[in-house]
Amino acid sequence: MTNHWVDIKNADLVLIMGGNAAEAHPVGFKWVTEAKANRKARLIVVDPRFTRSAAVADYYAPIRAGTDIAFLGGVINYLLSRDKIHLDYVKAYTDFPFLVKDEFTFEDGLYSGYDAANRKYDRSTWGYQLGEDGFVKTAPSLQDPRCVYQLMKAHYARYTPEMVSRICGTPQEAFLKVCGMIAETSAPDRTMTVMYALGWTQHSYGSQMIRTAAMVQLLLGNIGVVGGGVNALRGHSNIQGLTDLGLMSDLLPGYMTMPRETELDYAGYVGKRTLKPLRPGQMSYWQNYPKFFVSTMKAWYGDAATADNDWAYDWLPKLDKVHDLLQMFEDMNNGQVNGYLCQGFNPLASAPCKVKVSGALAKLKYLVVIDALATETSEFWQNHGEFNDVDPAKIQTEVFRLPSTCFAEEDGSLVNSGRWMQWHWKAADPPGEAKTDQEILAGIFLKIRALYQKEGGAFPDPILNLTWKHKQPATPLPEELAREYSGRALKDVTDSKDPAKVLVKAGEQLNGFAELRDDGSTACGCWIFSGAWSEKGNLMARRDNSDPYGIGQTLNWAFSWPANRRILYNRASSDPAGKPWDASRKLIAWDAGAGKWAGADVPDIKADSPPEEGINPFIMNPEGVARFFAVDKMADGPFPEHYEPLESPLAANPLHPKNPLARANPAARVFKSDWPTFGKADKFPYVCTTYRLTEHFHFWTKHVRLDAITQPEQFVEIGEALAKEKGIRSGDHVRVRSNRGHIVAVAVVTRRLMTLKVEGKPVHTVGVPIHWGFKGIAKNGYLTNTLTPFVGDANTQTPEFKAFLVDVEKV
Amino acid sequence: MALQSLDIKARSATTTPSPQARGAIPVAKLIDISKCIGCKACQVACMEWNDLRDEIGTTTGIYDNPRDLSDQSWTVMRFSEVEVQPGRLEWLIRKDGCMHCADPGCLKACPAPGAIVQYSNGIVDFHEENCIGCGYCLTGCPFNIPRFSRKDRKAYKCTLCSDRVAVGLEPACVKTCPTGAIVFGSKEDMTLHAAGRIADLKERGFDQAALYDPQGVSGTHVMYVLQHGDQPELYANLPRDPHISPLVGLWKGIAKPLMSFGIGLAVFAGFFHFVTAGPKEVEEEEERS
Repeated sequence: MTNHWVDIKNADLVLIMGGNAAEAHPVGFKWVTEAKANRKARLIVVDPRFTRSAAVADYYAPIRAGTDIAFLGGVINYLLSRDKIHLDYVKAYTDFPFLVKDEFTFEDGLYSGYDAANRKYDRSTWGYQLGEDGFVKTAPSLQDPRCVYQLMKAHYARYTPEMVSRICGTPQEAFLKVCGMIAETSAPDRTMTVMYALGWTQHSYGSQMIRTAAMVQLLLGNIGVVGGGVNALRGHSNIQGLTDLGLMSDLLPGYMTMPRETELDYAGYVGKRTLKPLRPGQMSYWQNYPKFFVSTMKAWYGDAATADNDWAYDWLPKLDKVHDLLQMFEDMNNGQVNGYLCQGFNPLASAPCKVKVSGALAKLKYLVVIDALATETSEFWQNHGEFNDVDPAKIQTEVFRLPSTCFAEEDGSLVNSGRWMQWHWKAADPPGEAKTDQEILAGIFLKIRALYQKEGGAFPDPILNLTWKHKQPATPLPEELAREYSGRALKDVTDSKDPAKVLVKAGEQLNGFAELRDDGSTACGCWIFSGAWSEKGNLMARRDNSDPYGIGQTLNWAFSWPANRRILYNRASSDPAGKPWDASRKLIAWDAGAGKWAGADVPDIKADSPPEEGINPFIMNPEGVARFFAVDKMADGPFPEHYEPLESPLAANPLHPKNPLARANPAARVFKSDWPTFGKADKFPYVCTTYRLTEHFHFWTKHVRLDAITQPEQFVEIGEALAKEKGIRSGDHVRVRSNRGHIVAVAVVTRRLMTLKVEGKPVHTVGVPIHWGFKGIAKNGYLTNTLTPFVGDANTQTPEFKAFLVDVEKV
Repeated sequence: MALQSLDIKARSATTTPSPQARGAIPVAKLIDISKCIGCKACQVACMEWNDLRDEIGTTTGIYDNPRDLSDQSWTVMRFSEVEVQPGRLEWLIRKDGCMHCADPGCLKACPAPGAIVQYSNGIVDFHEENCIGCGYCLTGCPFNIPRFSRKDRKAYKCTLCSDRVAVGLEPACVKTCPTGAIVFGSKEDMTLHAAGRIADLKERGFDQAALYDPQGVSGTHVMYVLQHGDQPELYANLPRDPHISPLVGLWKGIAKPLMSFGIGLAVFAGFFHFVTAGPKEVEEEEERS
């Protein structure tokens, strides 16, 4: 989230799209009801299904699964063509006037630089025109045809209400009604918040869907302000913490990036990431990359990381490619993986295309499952009748199951969707032999280290030099780990302006990332978490909910990264002169008397820099402003473009009917061997989408009696028109088939799944909730990922669970 | 649920006068259907607080689960898909359970002394230890709420968490409701809160939004805010104008005196038998076993 849960209560309009907050986030959803009850806020839901969120919405618009970019692109066109934008905001705080390279083109659905053979782009033309001074050239009049504003206007002019309706199936009047409501929030004293979740991420162009929403919000001036933002609702209580700590194959903690195999020297690696300002006087905060990086290496390798050995840079793996979930299982399926450590993860249930995942696991020599529950993955080799019809005699994988604790059986911190790091305390002892994840991993690490100590090995340094300063080596405590990621001074840290002034004494916890140094004098496991545990103690454990400004800015409740800041880009809540756009919802403003920025939040700007200095609010971008044109940061294009899902009922992209390369996302993650597994509309005519139910949490709560009571048995949802066509009544059993397998479940026939008219033809949607499997106390069922395709987003590689093709029949 | 510190206002099949010295404020639970997201947290909280565990059932083609009220499910959500304005689908989700009528048909119908009580704050409670399992409360209830237990042949229903309320806590369902769709307080405050909610709904185009507090049972201590107050039957057949069944009146007027006479007759016959035949003597053999 750019903002946070409580802040939703300050919105005038709530758009839930690509998510179903009432269903999947019922507790956080209360802030929507607060906004409605206390601010007369309106709620819009745009979704393929009339959801529980839609049940309490003021307006619902149906949409075909996977066409959100077309819808939001249409909104952009509506706002631009009617000048319903917050012009002063956009002019000052975005790349509107920036000039783009002449070589950048977009023709017939493809951007310049497409390499069809490798399904990827050479992005060298996706950039700005730079002047001799190294800064981006601009056209403040916004009239230059190469400025971002003009390029964007031309790009989205194609997204007319008629085209939106043809692609999305949303009736034009419904689309225009939504546009009208959204457009009202372009006024400086009106804000819209956008709430989304996996309904946007789980597409082969999910990142671009989210970008399109961010572009809409920027046009409206709704970023960095109270009651605004683009707000990702996380699907697990600590999935935000997972990405923050860099638990992705290509990330290091705090969104630093892993070196690639071409980056063998430290100077090159760090130089490329130390971004110099692209406009005069901008902060370009990644200029501090070396401080973050060196401090991380000092946390990991302590005294062994020195300036002489480039802070142990050589000990980091150098990536050949991204080893995401899909890549792992592709490699496993190709027999290139021997062992798999599966911690708190149930890929047989959670990864796409069960038959491929199951086959891949069967090629392993060993599988270690660390989990609080007996997961399906840990029994992938066992025959469970129709639900897991495998032959155990043919599977030789040795499976180790290491029982771990669940969240209520351990202390620690969780990062919520709003970036709040909240400490929690153990409520009960774990049962039986269960151990915490830290104990289990410590056990494995200590054993491996002992083997390296004894036997040497090919490359022992990264293991033998790892710091392990835990008072009980086999039991690292959450408190110790928290202090490590928050960071401490190894030597006295002095003020860069006044070396005589000591900011933090050697050995003390740091107050925040501003104190990090690149000379080895600080250690910090995750720079964005810095300050969470300072000399003042564990700030994550704070529970003071006082709200002095009455807008839900409880700065003494827990700790919000970065720097306890609650709303990102909050400098943008004031105009360029430092005065709030909306005085009734002041966030921060320039206090000329005191000579600093102040207000209800921790300023997201250099605190003592007066507005005249012109530091713009988007300090992480070297430009200082927000980007409509993503330059070379996205794998599949600087402007989001609508493409069809890999499996779609349409034979062509209505925007590019003659270019088969532009039907689906040209840069989506697809492995060659998977092409034959995709189905076509002639055999699989219905759009299928998978989702969660409020009664259950993923594949866990089918093990819990109360949840099983409230939603006991697998079902699929079918609209009335399709049910009539197929002779299916509510309560009948139906078989849903994709080109990869089938499931059988009870039919729920409902008016909530509407038949949409797409390109003049009716399109039916089949809804499949995900929660069942062959373990647990709810009625056993099929793993729904039996149906889903092995396709990933071009940028995040997230699987396309939200739109694919099936057929349905009564059993 | 006999353990309580609330004064009893009315007691089934009893003529002993009720205590009146203490004052109690009439309470109410207000269920705002326009805020309800059907998450069923109230169902779970009810089962947890009251030590109930319904069966793990089946899906029958709708979201409702458990499918109906039972001795283990004292509240269930009922989902209705309706189109009041053509082309505008609505998914109305009503939390069903005891309405705690000011004029409780169950209590009126109950022949077992003290099996059903009404506290001075308005809560209607079943004291199962006194229940004889006759089922008259089912006939008496205009909302079809009480359910028999197959285990002990006694009737069960929502207590409005009288045990929690007695010590100043809100009912478990209220405590857990994430959206504030269920609120609890004095009936006066809840009526006032409802007025604000109704004004909000009218401003959003629900011209017929209204409070459901049916006067046919002299009002209820569980009330609904309905978007369509003129059509309560849209909400899974919520009765438009609930009244106590005339059968209960019949029972009260004719059957009950007759029955009392019958019970009296049986007692008299037993006494006559005792006087003429003497006490029943237990065989030595039986006693030893």
